[in-house]
Amino acid sequence: MTERTSPLSALDRPNSYIGRAVPRPNLGRLLEGRGQYVSDISLPRMAHVVFVRSPYAHARIVSIDAADARKGKGVVAVVTGAELANVCTPWVGVLTHLKGLKSPPQHAIAVDRACWVGEAVAAVVAASRAEAEDAAARVLVEYEELPVTADMDDALAAGAAPIHPDFGDNIAFERRLDVGEVDAAFAQADAVAEAEFVFARHTGVTLEARSIVADWNPGEQRLTVYQGTQAPHMMQNIIARHLGLAEAQVRVLCKDVGGSFGIKVHVYADDMATVALSKLLKRPVKHVADRVESFLTDIHARDHRCKGRVAVRKDGTILAFEIDDRTGIGPYSVYPRTSAIEANQVVNLVGGPYAVKNYRARARVAFQNKNVTCQYRAVGHPIACSVTEGLVDRAAAAIGMDPVEIRRRNLLPDDCYPAESAAGMKFEALSHHAALEKILAMMDYEALRAEQARLREQGVYRGVGIASFIEVTNPSAAFYGVGGARISSQDGAAVRLDASGAIVCQTSITEQGQGSEAIIAQVVATAVGAPLERVRVILGDTDNVPYGGGTWASRGAGIGGEAAWRAGRALRDNILSVAAAILQTEAAALDIAGGEIVDAEGHARIGLDEIARIAYFRPDTLPPDFQAELIATRHYAPRKFPFAFTNGVQAASIEVDVRTGFVKLLRHWVVEDCGRVINPQLVDEQIRGGVVQGLGAALFEHCRYDERGQMLNANMADYLVPMAGEMPDIEVAHVETPTQESELGAKGAGEAGTAGAAAAVANAVNDALAPFGAVISEIPLTPELVLRAIGAIS
Amino acid sequence: MKAPEFDYARPASLDEALRLLADGGEDARVIAGGQSLVPALNLRLAAPPVVVDIGGLDPLRGIEAVGDGLRIGALVRHAELARSALVAARCPLLTQAIAHVAHPAIRNRGTFGGSLAQADPAAELPACALALDAIMIVASRSGERRVAAQDFFRGVYETALAAGEILVAVEIPALGADRRFGFAEFSRRRGDFAIVGVAAAATKSGGRLASPRIAFFGTGDRPQLARAAAAALDGAANDTNTRKAAREKLAADLDPVEDSTASRAMRLHLAGEALEQAIDALWREAA
Repeated sequence: MTERTSPLSALDRPNSYIGRAVPRPNLGRLLEGRGQYVSDISLPRMAHVVFVRSPYAHARIVSIDAADARKGKGVVAVVTGAELANVCTPWVGVLTHLKGLKSPPQHAIAVDRACWVGEAVAAVVAASRAEAEDAAARVLVEYEELPVTADMDDALAAGAAPIHPDFGDNIAFERRLDVGEVDAAFAQADAVAEAEFVFARHTGVTLEARSIVADWNPGEQRLTVYQGTQAPHMMQNIIARHLGLAEAQVRVLCKDVGGSFGIKVHVYADDMATVALSKLLKRPVKHVADRVESFLTDIHARDHRCKGRVAVRKDGTILAFEIDDRTGIGPYSVYPRTSAIEANQVVNLVGGPYAVKNYRARARVAFQNKNVTCQYRAVGHPIACSVTEGLVDRAAAAIGMDPVEIRRRNLLPDDCYPAESAAGMKFEALSHHAALEKILAMMDYEALRAEQARLREQGVYRGVGIASFIEVTNPSAAFYGVGGARISSQDGAAVRLDASGAIVCQTSITEQGQGSEAIIAQVVATAVGAPLERVRVILGDTDNVPYGGGTWASRGAGIGGEAAWRAGRALRDNILSVAAAILQTEAAALDIAGGEIVDAEGHARIGLDEIARIAYFRPDTLPPDFQAELIATRHYAPRKFPFAFTNGVQAASIEVDVRTGFVKLLRHWVVEDCGRVINPQLVDEQIRGGVVQGLGAALFEHCRYDERGQMLNANMADYLVPMAGEMPDIEVAHVETPTQESELGAKGAGEAGTAGAAAAVANAVNDALAPFGAVISEIPLTPELVLRAIGAIS
Repeated sequence: MKAPEFDYARPASLDEALRLLADGGEDARVIAGGQSLVPALNLRLAAPPVVVDIGGLDPLRGIEAVGDGLRIGALVRHAELARSALVAARCPLLTQAIAHVAHPAIRNRGTFGGSLAQADPAAELPACALALDAIMIVASRSGERRVAAQDFFRGVYETALAAGEILVAVEIPALGADRRFGFAEFSRRRGDFAIVGVAAAATKSGGRLASPRIAFFGTGDRPQLARAAAAALDGAANDTNTRKAAREKLAADLDPVEDSTASRAMRLHLAGEALEQAIDALWREAA
């Protein structure tokens, strides 16, 4: 075991809330049905917008006749793309650090041409959603169908007609990387294994759909936007920029949010249209996506085809990895984070857990006439992990080595840090071997293997799969800022002692159900020395919180938490100065515990309520040159490493019914290392939720399109989200390697579950099917794929 | 999405319901549990001028013994059917099948009559009705008529119900003490509509199965009797060859279409697996 021991700090105080599963402060409100989601918001004169959407994947808009629709009951306005373009400027989803990335201007509502099924071509605003839908059916749009390029390989084929003629081809972005001596490594190899891995397009199905209420107030020339978003300040900037407003004229309020998973961190045409319509019509306008709209316009993700090769020696040494990844991203790169990040991440992460020096990668990102793709939970990780771990298993099979043994021989040693991967990723400190040994003990690997052999003789085919992974968390400005995006990589927290002795923390991170509010409260309570129930957290309001990035890319605890920690410690020092003045002693001789100022012996001397009373109401009793400062603000951005990489390993036990092709998930294990665990229950459930989404990708989720670019299953009956009945028990454990870059030492935990789940299951299925000589390299692993692989159907 | 405007009526008597339905014309719709119609309305796949809610019609409720058979009111909810000791005793096929119908929340609202009148080709209960030789009791302003399950299901969401008619009850004929049942279904997730499923009944006679009725669902535009496979099993003993022969007949009995859920080959293969599971169940029960 390599758990690092660090000297005792304030985090380890006896009354610390760090590392404890305390109840979430927002739980009571949500369970009472008193949450405030955007759907709950209703404003005077509020109108509802419904979008008329293109039924074609690629079509010229010949004409739009709204005369009949305008006569509809309750109709306020029917607005076309050209009309709205006068209010809202188009955007281009590129970043300068992704060299060569190109994308055409995208409008809030299509102008002249629709490029995917579901792209809005007109907006109907009416007094109610139902009336707007009635009128939308009466908008007559004449289309001229254009050639459809739906498949990514068709888009990339030589001579393919470009979707955007000015670009000359359909390649949005291409990246190549060649490190070490790859050809020589393959030439020296005792064995080479290769495969083409196919990852279906899927999406992150949030319980609450995307929703927004925009309220332009002409009297104060100010726009208030209620939105279920992960990044309120980013939205404030973008809305202001494209509506021609100063940032100070835009307030973004983000109250309760019903799940995000990365879906709600992007700029959607519908949202921009809604804010523009509010400004145009000078009244509040609401848009809540319905389920069909969500499937057609929420960002999709994955949709990769990745060829991979691995070179290995007989002794198990992996000599080189090589990949060639293609992905289709729809007709536009999504603004402002771009749709090249996932492919870029695949290049960055393949081979990442292993001490392999030779690596060659190519990634191509294609335009196509499907819905756009962008960053969804664990961006690129499941692809990189499935390719890497799939290749490692194939390499092990090629040389007749146990999958665990080949990992033991190649995982970066736990004592090699700081280290760097072949792709150039910098690791402060990881714990691959400790995690692997821990998971093997949890699952009793040897017993599972014995059981597998025994059952196989009875015609029962079980499999065990392992997947080690690395995870990008706590991103610095290297992620977006350096590319020119105004997306903050720092976060801020302001912590104050109020007049009653309670603590209030304003934080720039947001809560979407994962417990951000709880961990900030825990951190602040510990930093100050106050009881948790006396801490209140305010978030999600650009008028009322410090400037910051929000909650995405597993940054809330590690970055927002650190800012809150530092602000809390600063407030503590300020409080102790007041206490020292009152008690006529040195601040260094005092501490705060349980809401009381205590002396060196731990005896309570004066309460926080009394400090507040004196500071706020009887400052005349303090020394004449003393001014109490009972609010402290701190900001934090990681600077030493571009990302705080974490690591972990997952394992799956499955059974394949070889008569029906159905895969049954029996058990699943995760060991991960997110550094300091602030709230073990929240981290464990975050991991479990992530695993479930990864298992969804492994077995079920798939946005199915036909060759004409029509999505075939844009509903909850046909798009299969993972459900409880099919999920295995998921056991979670941790190795804790705190980052030394921050005082708190927390890294992120949001991607880990999703990063490795599909890889573990795919390896387990192939392990189960080994007696049939069948290997499957595609997810979701449908029963039909299994039956075809073993030759039961053809 | 929001449903388009429609008139809503909740009559207190069957006569009134039938009058409202007749007045509503071709596109008027009956609502009971609403588990199929409400989503269709919200997706704007249905736009009836009037929705007649039959939820207040007490004569359409209840499960009764009729002779050695059963009469099941159209308004009997799935959950009620699942709990019924009478159904479990006289017609355990329904008790088995109902566990596969959607999820508890839907079973609490959805009705037996509603599922049959909806006639989803991948639904469990229409196939059970076919395997059980059930009789549909259909009311209209001109009186009642009785339609055999065989003649009731006509296509995807299509039945013998004419405009102005309401399915009021279903009669399950006396099945005999030796009647045995088998049920099997394959769906990607628990509670989903089936990729393929089968409801089977046969009479235990000595060491043999007699008069099997084997009804598949998810294999065509309506529930389908596999007559050739049934003939292969009729009077045969429990042996591998019979089983193999019956399975081979399915290619003649069924003509599944390829859709985005499964290929034709996949459906035929799973139909064979479902048949074998059903045969196992028939023999297990007959033992």
